[in-house]
Amino acid sequence: MASRRTIPFDYPASGAIAAALPGAGLPWLDALRAEGRRLSADGLPSTRLEAWKYTSLAPLAALEFAAPAADSVAEADLGPDAFDAVDGPSLVFVNGRLSASHSRFDALPQGLRIVALAEGLADDPAQVEALVGGTAPLNGDPMAAFNAAFAADGCIVETEPGAEVQEPVRLRFVAAPGGEPLAYHPRVIVRAGAGSRLALVECHEGPGGAPSWSNPLVDVRVGEGAVLSHVKLQIEGEGAYHTALTKAALAGGAHYESHLLALGAGLARHEIHVRFDGEDADCQLRGGYMARGSQHVDNTTVIDHAVPHCESREVYKGVLDDTARGVFQGRIVVRKDAQKTDGHQLNRTLLLSPKAEIDTKPELEIYADDVKCSHGATAGEPEADQLFYLRSRGLDHRTALALIVEGFMGELLGEIGHEPVRAALAVRVADWIGDAV
Amino acid sequence: MLTIENLHATADGKPILNGLDLQVNAGEVHAVMGPNGSGKSTLSYVIAGREGYEVTQGSIAYQGQDLLAMSVEERALSGVFLAFQYPVEIPGVGSATFFKTAVNAARKHRGEKEYDAMEFLKLIREKRAALGIDDGMMRRALNVGFSGGEKKRNEMLQMALLEPTLAILDETDSGLDIDALKVVASGINGMRAPERAMVVITHYQRLLDHVVPDKVHVLSSGRIVRSGGSELALELERSGYAGLGLESSAAA
Repeated sequence: MASRRTIPFDYPASGAIAAALPGAGLPWLDALRAEGRRLSADGLPSTRLEAWKYTSLAPLAALEFAAPAADSVAEADLGPDAFDAVDGPSLVFVNGRLSASHSRFDALPQGLRIVALAEGLADDPAQVEALVGGTAPLNGDPMAAFNAAFAADGCIVETEPGAEVQEPVRLRFVAAPGGEPLAYHPRVIVRAGAGSRLALVECHEGPGGAPSWSNPLVDVRVGEGAVLSHVKLQIEGEGAYHTALTKAALAGGAHYESHLLALGAGLARHEIHVRFDGEDADCQLRGGYMARGSQHVDNTTVIDHAVPHCESREVYKGVLDDTARGVFQGRIVVRKDAQKTDGHQLNRTLLLSPKAEIDTKPELEIYADDVKCSHGATAGEPEADQLFYLRSRGLDHRTALALIVEGFMGELLGEIGHEPVRAALAVRVADWIGDAV
Repeated sequence: MLTIENLHATADGKPILNGLDLQVNAGEVHAVMGPNGSGKSTLSYVIAGREGYEVTQGSIAYQGQDLLAMSVEERALSGVFLAFQYPVEIPGVGSATFFKTAVNAARKHRGEKEYDAMEFLKLIREKRAALGIDDGMMRRALNVGFSGGEKKRNEMLQMALLEPTLAILDETDSGLDIDALKVVASGINGMRAPERAMVVITHYQRLLDHVVPDKVHVLSSGRIVRSGGSELALELERSGYAGLGLESSAAA
C-alpha cells in the first residue's frame, strides 16, 4: 500500500510501455528497470515530502497515459526551431524517441561522440552498458525511478580528454500529443572527458493544450579540468507537465555552468543536483523563469560540497504574472571536510500581479567550520522609483515596465558566452514580455 | 511658460509646500535656493508628477496647460525634464538602448520620424563629446555602478538629447568635485536658449558662480520668501540662510 508520502499513480500504459522498451533481455538493463519499477510502483511524490512541499503532482496522477506511438511526425509538424541560428550537431526527439530524419549528428568534430540510446542498445549494448550501467541515480529521487523504469530513448554525449568542441550539441525534445495524454522519460548521459570543453543546449517544446508529461533525466559528469556549459530552454505548452532532474558530478578543477530559461508547461519542475567530487571545481547555476496564467514553475537545487576548495554560485531570477506560482528551493550541503567552500545563492522574483506567488526556501547545511556561504532572496513588484525615472523621460508605463523586466532577466542571459544561443533566449524573453505587459 | 500659484502639497501626507508662487518665462534661468527641508525636492517632484506627492491646493500652468492634469510621461513628452538629485539605477537596461527609446518616444510624440540606429549613434556621439562622457559608459547598465559625478553627467546628457522646453535641475551640483561641476555648468549654459526655461534647485551658491541666473528665489517652509537677481545668491553666500532669519527645518 502506498504511504501518505506518495500519491497513488495508476500508470496504466506502463505495461505497454515497458514491453516496447529497447534493449530488453540485457541483464544490467533489466535489473535497472526492475529497480525503477519497484521504486515507482508506490506512485508519485506527495506534498508531504519536504522536497515536494510546494509542488503538487496530484493533477498529473489523475491523468491516464497512453504509450507514445512509435512513429514520428513529419517535418512540417515540428514547430520552428528556437535555435535555428545555432550551428552544430542536433538530435531531435519526438515524444521521447529519436527522429532520425530530423536529427543531424554525423560528421562530428574530432573528440566528440554521440550515441542515440535505443540505436546504441541495438548496435553496441556493451558500449552503452559501460556508460549507463554504472550509474545508480535512484536513491531518493522518485522521478528518477520513473525514468529508470520507462526510458525508451535518449542519448550519450561524450568528449575525449582534451577535446575542444566549438559548436554546442543541441537536444530538442518535442511533444506531439495526439488525443490521449502521453508520457516520455528521456535519458541523457553526458561525459565530458578531462580537460575537454563542451556546450549542450536542451530545448523542451510542444504545442499548447493537449496533456503530456516529460520526465527527462540528464546525467552529467564533468571530468578533471573540463568545462561544460549546459543551456536549457523549456517552452512546452500549457497542458504539459515537465519534471526534470539533472545530476552533475564534478571532478577536480571542473567548471560546470547551467543556464535555464523556463517559460513553458502548466507545471514544471527543474531539479538540479550538483556534487563536487574533486577539489578546485566550480559550478554556476543560473535560472530564469517567467510564468503567467495558472502556471507553476519549481526550481529545486541541491549542491553537495563533498570536498574542500570548491565554489558554487547560484542565481535564480523570475517574473510571475496573473496567478502564476513559483517555487525556489536551494539546498547547499557543506560536508565536514569541505573546508574553504565558497557558496553563494540568490533568488529574486518580480511579481507583476498581486495574486502571483513565490515560495523560496534556502537550506544551508554547513558541517565544516572554515567556509564562506551566503544566500539572499527578494520578491516584490517592480520598483516605483525605477518606473517613475523611466516615465519621467517620456516612456509610457507599459514600455517602462517592459524595459525593467527585460533588464532584470537580461542580467542572467548576459552570462551566456555563446552569442547565437544567448540571442535565441533573449528573443523568447522579449516575446514573453510583449505578451505580458 | 511656468506659472505656479498658491501651491500646497503634501509628501506622504505631511504638508511640505505651503502656498508657493513662481513665474518663469521662456529664455530665463531661475535659481531656487533654500535650506534642507524647505521643500526644494518636493517642488521638483510635484512638477514631474511623482507618486506620493499630493497637491492639496493651488495650480501649475505650463505653456497655458494644466500640468497637474497630465501623466508623468505626458509632461515629459510636452517638454518638461527633471534632472534627478539621485538618478535611479536600472540593472540590465543599457544606457544607449534607453536613451534611444526615450528620444524616439519624444520624436514620435512630435510627429517626427524616429531615429534609426545610425542616426542615433551620430547624435549621441556629438552630445557625449561636449560632456566628456566616454563610450564605455553608454554600454553599461543605466546608472548602475556609476559614480556620483557620472550619474549627474548622465542626467545632463539626457537633457541634451531630449532638448526640453522646461528643465528642472534638482541639486545637480550636489556631490560634485570642481571639475565635474564645471562640466555640468557648461552643460547647463550650453542649453540656455530663448525658447527654453530652466529652474536650478540648489542648496549652495557655488554652481551659480558658473551658471548666472536671471532670478534667484529663496524657499523656506514651503514658500518663496525672497526673490531677487543673481546678487541675492551672493548675499546668501555671505550671510547664510540664518542671516536671512531662516533655519534649516531639518536642523530645527
